[in-house]
Amino acid sequence: MELLQFDFLRHALAAGILASIACGVVGSYVVIKRIVFISGGISHTAYGGIGLGYFLGINPILGAVFFTVISALGMGVLAERTRQREDTLIGIIWAVGMALGVIFVKLSPGYTSDLMSYLFGNILAVPFQDLILISILDAIIVAVVWFYFEELKAVAFDEEFAQVAGISTRLFNLLLLLLIALTVVVMIRAVGIILVIALMSIPPAIAGQSSKSLKGMMVLAIILGIVFNSGGIFLSYFFDLPSGATIILLAAAGFIISTASRQRFG
Amino acid sequence: MDRMDREERKKVIEIENLLVKLDGRTVLEEVNLSVYEKDFLGIIGPNGGGKTTLLKTILGLVTAEAGTIKIMGEKMKKNRGQVAYVPQYAAFDRSFPVNVWEVVLMGRLGSKRGRSYSELDQEIAREVLKRVEMYELRHRPIGELSGGEIQRVLVARALAGRPEILLLDEPTASIDSRFQAGFYELLEELNREMTLILVSHDISAISVYVKTLACLNCKLYYQHSKELSPEMIEKGYQCPVELIAHGVPHRVLAAHDGVVGS
Ligand SMILES: Nc1ncnc2c1ncn2[C@@H]1O[C@H](COP(=O)(O)OP(=O)(O)OP(=O)(O)O)[C@@H](O)[C@H]1O
Ligand SMILES: [Mg+2]
Repeated sequence: MELLQFDFLRHALAAGILASIACGVVGSYVVIKRIVFISGGISHTAYGGIGLGYFLGINPILGAVFFTVISALGMGVLAERTRQREDTLIGIIWAVGMALGVIFVKLSPGYTSDLMSYLFGNILAVPFQDLILISILDAIIVAVVWFYFEELKAVAFDEEFAQVAGISTRLFNLLLLLLIALTVVVMIRAVGIILVIALMSIPPAIAGQSSKSLKGMMVLAIILGIVFNSGGIFLSYFFDLPSGATIILLAAAGFIISTASRQRFG
Repeated sequence: MDRMDREERKKVIEIENLLVKLDGRTVLEEVNLSVYEKDFLGIIGPNGGGKTTLLKTILGLVTAEAGTIKIMGEKMKKNRGQVAYVPQYAAFDRSFPVNVWEVVLMGRLGSKRGRSYSELDQEIAREVLKRVEMYELRHRPIGELSGGEIQRVLVARALAGRPEILLLDEPTASIDSRFQAGFYELLEELNREMTLILVSHDISAISVYVKTLACLNCKLYYQHSKELSPEMIEKGYQCPVELIAHGVPHRVLAAHDGVVGS
């Protein structure tokens, strides 16, 4: 516990916990609704925002919020308005976001050395200022889900029925996409844009194997997320490994063990 | 059911010249239909005849190309909970972590105020679950139910919304014979409180319980009674459009003979 004297470690653990809360809550909807790849698309567009942040000389995380929110809204509206296949749209938005990021970074005047930490995460170096920002985003996510839990659940479960029952499924689908956008931002510091998709889906997927209720699934996913994040932080610290990748590999190992043991024992 | 009686009652659904296309293909055309309060309309027809599409159009899930649908005398914009629906196929993922109780409560979504379901909502959920004999299984995850049990849960979910009109799309397909009789009795009982439209292939059962019968195969063959003749069934299932296309209005009572006759 002496380790906790280090500010950076305390920040890292805090960032891990915040990321786990967002991903446990929103990731559960993502997994049961089978929209993991929509989340992948939204998260990759964050790169455009990071680039924009550099270009304008503002906090890249703020740029990421802007880009993920726009792409989430865009994805929702386009999927509905155009008759394009959804996966095609996802692929396009995904790539356009990244391409914009590459251009912005290239045009940026200053120093862009910690670009890698946005791509692959560096939870051991989370600035305090970013910690505050992700706490706010976390609070928004939890509050929205707390309030609209039943509606979001019903729309995820049976969209057609929810519509017949008189609630606006369009609105709640968009709301979920926005929550995904914010969750992506919360997780960028921990695991980076490219690995977000894994942390968003693995803990809820493991939790879903044994949960009988959505609430239970969320709680278990949060706990698992905290275990993987904290474990990854300590492993990467002691063995000097990249933190984001370590967290993801730990989570993947957890997924394999959980799945294998279910296969064996039914 | 005589004619006078019918004309005095309120029209709860009024469909005029409905045209529905799916992917550019005409699925329903020239559909005219009036359903009166406390009616019990049975709809039969061949696979692909458009029965499910008609129900979905009434629910506002499918947009009509042309024609009007009035529900309770009002142009339908958005379903305000007056019409409930028991789908032909469960549209959800059976591995979804949700139990019977939660699914039935979803029937209260439209009337829910605030963030969680009220005591009244739960009271109603209890009542409808008992009605379909699924109260004992209320804690069961949805993935651990049989097809017939799911069907009953779907009926309960629809009833939970306290609808005035209930649309059922082949609800008995996977219900066992013991519950089947009970199920039709339940429908008769419900019919005292609400208007029912039942799509079914089970003509023998349907003819016992429904008050009026229609046959749908792109166009609607409709008469305000429920007499079934071999000819009617034949038309229903093969529905040679030419046979009725020569100007027989599908809705007019006097056209009775035009539909059943020959
Ligand atoms: N989403 C869709 N896109 C295009 N065509 C569709 C779609 N859904 C249904 N159809 C077509 O519309 C027609 C009517 O389908 P519908 O499901 O309403 O028939 P049904 O009478 O309910 O049949 P069944 O007895 O098999 O349930 C069919 O020919 C079907 O192929
Ligand atoms: Mg059908």
